[in-house]
Amino acid sequence: MDGGLASLFEAFDLNTAQSMSITYVDAILQAQETLLREDPRVFLYGQDISRFGGAFKATKGLAEAFPGRVLDSPISEDAMAGVAIGAAIEGMRPIVEMQFADFSSIAFNQLVNHAGTHFYRTGVPVPITIRLPSGGTPGSGPFHSQSMEAIYAHYPGLVVVTPATVSDAYHMLIQAVAHDDPVIYCEHKFLYRWLKSPSIQDDGLSLGQARITRPGKHATIVTYSAMVHEAVRAADRLQAESGWEIEVVDLRTVKPIDMDTVLASVARTGRLLALGEAFPWGGVTAEIVARVAGEGFHLLDAPPARLNSRDTPVPYHPNLWAAHRPTPETICLAMRELLSF
Amino acid sequence: MARKVFRAMLEARILEMKLSSLYKAGKIVGGVYLGKGQEAVSASLGAQLEMGRDFFAPLIRDQGGRTAFGEEVIDCARTYLGSVLGPMRGRDGNIHRGRPQQGMFAMISHLGAAVPVVAGALLAKRLKGELEGVVGATCIGDGATSTGAFHEGLNTAAVERLPLVVVVANNQFAYSTPNDRQFACADLLDRAKGYGVDGHDLDGTDFLQCLRVMSEAVGRARAGHGPQMVVARLLRLTGHGEHDDGSYVPDTLRAGHLGRDCMDVAAAQIVECGYATTAEIEAWREETGERVQAALAAAQQEPKPDPWTEVWQACSKPLI
Repeated sequence: MDGGLASLFEAFDLNTAQSMSITYVDAILQAQETLLREDPRVFLYGQDISRFGGAFKATKGLAEAFPGRVLDSPISEDAMAGVAIGAAIEGMRPIVEMQFADFSSIAFNQLVNHAGTHFYRTGVPVPITIRLPSGGTPGSGPFHSQSMEAIYAHYPGLVVVTPATVSDAYHMLIQAVAHDDPVIYCEHKFLYRWLKSPSIQDDGLSLGQARITRPGKHATIVTYSAMVHEAVRAADRLQAESGWEIEVVDLRTVKPIDMDTVLASVARTGRLLALGEAFPWGGVTAEIVARVAGEGFHLLDAPPARLNSRDTPVPYHPNLWAAHRPTPETICLAMRELLSF
Repeated sequence: MARKVFRAMLEARILEMKLSSLYKAGKIVGGVYLGKGQEAVSASLGAQLEMGRDFFAPLIRDQGGRTAFGEEVIDCARTYLGSVLGPMRGRDGNIHRGRPQQGMFAMISHLGAAVPVVAGALLAKRLKGELEGVVGATCIGDGATSTGAFHEGLNTAAVERLPLVVVVANNQFAYSTPNDRQFACADLLDRAKGYGVDGHDLDGTDFLQCLRVMSEAVGRARAGHGPQMVVARLLRLTGHGEHDDGSYVPDTLRAGHLGRDCMDVAAAQIVECGYATTAEIEAWREETGERVQAALAAAQQEPKPDPWTEVWQACSKPLI
């Protein structure tokens, strides 16, 4: 393992104490257990999710606990989304597990053209929740690593959430299912087992509200999902090495964007880096920069900056993968450039 | 049943001919898509379904089925003419309309997309313990059988053994593309076997056969025999839409068996069997014509959507 990759895992080593017992994927499992227990309208639909418990075990034991409500689907992502839409119109609250976010491209038409347009066209909302196991992990390669949030956020009628913490993974899934509109729930695979918490906390935030994860005063990093943790690591390093106090804003929901929190942070710091793991062309970070430039140009002391993955497919080999996505090292470089303007 | 189906066919034909005139007069923007030649197939399906209990996802050429299922003519008139009082309120037009709360889904343009959606509504009924006696039906064309959505949806319905009826109106052309550029199997009916569902062959120009086969297919689905696939052979007696003259359809096909007009066949059969007299049919024609005319006239007078007061909101509960 080279230096870059080793440092990538370092942050998570801090979280391996015995008391830290709830993982991010446990939280997703527990949320689904709660939802099935408390809401008879909820059912789960996806590939290998029934007795097998899902490719990532996010539905482990639920088929036995809730007979007939955790259903294996054929390998038919279009039909999975279509079935969920029909069931939701008929009063249910389906949760669909796409085995990997990447495969939701097959369901794209149903999600953006059927679910996304339905309320505007007919006045009838479509309360589906689509779970997308997203983002890169070492060795997963081009088709098991993608971050799809920007694609879905582009289309009207969909809510897109990207929980970055164990507690958010739990509460935002509960909130997604309670919400009347389609929610694309992007859960990060890298966080599944590395990210742990002693308990699930509720800080009262709802869908659509961002969080100041780390307060600061010299610059703002606006980010989401697994990159929140990389941003915090970079911020800690900049503080330790140079005394910079960096504020990290976790968007939590990328559609819609909580611009109040973003602009308030930029107002405090005067500097913005929009950080994301997704491909660099367009997307969430471009949206953040465009909006801050448009709505808060007067707040900026430096040109707003962006940092994303490289503009290639996500590579297979861990050496390449670790250099494809932003890392604390590349975030620090981008921040030093921003701070020196 | 024969009288109900025939009257729905009549209403569909009269309504669509008037829509065509309004389109050619520049009163309808976008497009007009007619079911001319498909009325017997569509209406005989719609008449087998009960609004409020069953689900129906009509497609482009299903005015007959919509009417037989219980859609009011004013819904069609308002949607084509962009009235803000219609179910789509000017936000969508022409055939892209429905009333999902009443089990009639609003189609999107992507063919085959409704197949899994109807399956999902049926699955919801099963999960709620309300599936007994319920049927969901959707119509597609020969072209839509080439889509992934059709394959995934029908296969999924078959795996779940849902009471889904998929009616394939094989009108020989998907827009301008003939069957031999669309599929290579000898008959689309062969596909039913591959999916593990019952297949029903149907001469879509034959009114009495339509009544019988649709009754059997819907009845088998309702009785718990799983998905049913009906393949109706017919010819579209018009272009894809009214902008299209259909010149790619060979004259020999038009002059042949499939080219006969199901309305004429139905009128003859209904009189021959004693379901109605010629005088009754004429009275229906007159009454329907007046009713359709009144609906179209009313919709033309109704307010159109106003961009200044439009609620530009795609989500039901905006988070911010």
